[in-house]
Amino acid sequence: MDDELIAALALDLDASFERLVLAHQDRLFSIALRFTGDARDAEELAQDAFVRAYRALGDYDPERIRRLNLRPWLATIVLNLCRNRVRRRRPTEVVLDDAGSDQIADRRTPSPAERHERRESAVYWARLVAELPERYRAAVVLRHVDGLSYEEVALALGRPEGTVKAQVHRGVALLRAAHEATGRTLPSAESSLVEVIR
Amino acid sequence: MTDQRHIHPARPDDRGRTVDQADDPGVDAALRTLLVPAPPTLLPSTLVAVGLADGYARIESPIGAVLVAFNGLGISAIALAEDPSVFETWFRHEFGRPAHAVDALPPTLARSVARRIAGDRRVAVPLDLRGRTSFERAVWEKALEIPRGEVRPYGWIAAEIGRPRAVRAVGSALGRNPVPLVIPCHRVVRTDGHIGQYALGSDRKRAVLDAEGVDVARLESLARTGVRLIGSDTTHIVCLPTCHNARRIRPVHEVAFRSLREASSSGYRPCRECRPTALAA
Repeated sequence: MDDELIAALALDLDASFERLVLAHQDRLFSIALRFTGDARDAEELAQDAFVRAYRALGDYDPERIRRLNLRPWLATIVLNLCRNRVRRRRPTEVVLDDAGSDQIADRRTPSPAERHERRESAVYWARLVAELPERYRAAVVLRHVDGLSYEEVALALGRPEGTVKAQVHRGVALLRAAHEATGRTLPSAESSLVEVIR
Repeated sequence: MTDQRHIHPARPDDRGRTVDQADDPGVDAALRTLLVPAPPTLLPSTLVAVGLADGYARIESPIGAVLVAFNGLGISAIALAEDPSVFETWFRHEFGRPAHAVDALPPTLARSVARRIAGDRRVAVPLDLRGRTSFERAVWEKALEIPRGEVRPYGWIAAEIGRPRAVRAVGSALGRNPVPLVIPCHRVVRTDGHIGQYALGSDRKRAVLDAEGVDVARLESLARTGVRLIGSDTTHIVCLPTCHNARRIRPVHEVAFRSLREASSSGYRPCRECRPTALAA
């Protein structure tokens, strides 16, 4: 799908840029949302990433565009913007402002049924991801939220493939540990596959 | 490092995605739910940001409500507020890209446009002038130098940009000004003093000039009697009639001239601010 898009971008950027946005907006928005934890920030960052991509593509000659691997390339752009944004704030401050932020903000003691629902919800997982240390979070988000291959994650993060695999596994192990600490097992967990790394 | 134990050869799963044996299917499934649709506003705002589409909003001006179109490069068009669908059709035809209504201009843009329209020439208003010729840009930049409350003839612009014979071309470039009021093409009048054409209609040109403090009726009556320049018999400096220096001359000291040659032969030198020299060409 991207091959055809790449060819179109190399031929006529202005005529095909809308297709690029349509094809990649959900993933760039989701990466930014999971990285920053704030929906408004994420929309701004995704837009900014597309603007940078547009300018870069305008500067590249067609040959260079044809050599691009769009998925990791766009992921790198949005991640760099996310890191700069987070750095400008207090780095430990992770704000969750998702569609279901009211659930998080609600501090009263939940009923067991509510507690169950919360654990199941995307908000719950978003929060766990947001609390991961940055180097694991980036790798986990690209691998498991965005669905990049390890090779693409390595490209996007500019780290060796072995390193990103280790970071993904470590991140997932931390997520699993945090999840299990809430007293529930995953619905389809094959827990033997992963052990919590100390 | 213990992490090494988890590295296994990759294999594609039934959905074609590469899955590593060490991946945790339970966590993977949970995390996949974190891939969510982008807000519907992301696409249009991105296209506006790169200049492949425009937003537009209504603002108030001395000639009533106008529609201002903008994108990430700056203001692209100003037109009389009419039916939105008429404006959108016109915009697409004129610029080859869509424009959609937004609630308001981005705040900084709104502030600078308001200040510019109020006559502040120092405030920077970003403009999207893609595809315009260097001649058009030169004409419009020169028009920007004309202060609020003053006017200059077409021939003055032509001479100032080094194209003294291109008076008619200056007129048509001003007629193609995509951002009237922000680029004050209304401050350029016919060499004979008549106020001339305007992209938004000559009645509105009169109204804007009036709002800016230009005495249009006086300008026209001077033109009818052939007066082109006003000098002061105390300074022996000669100005275009609306120059702020000319307006400071007390009536008893005013001297009218029909041409710069006539003024020069009477020992008057041209004002350095309104530069009537340009008209000698």
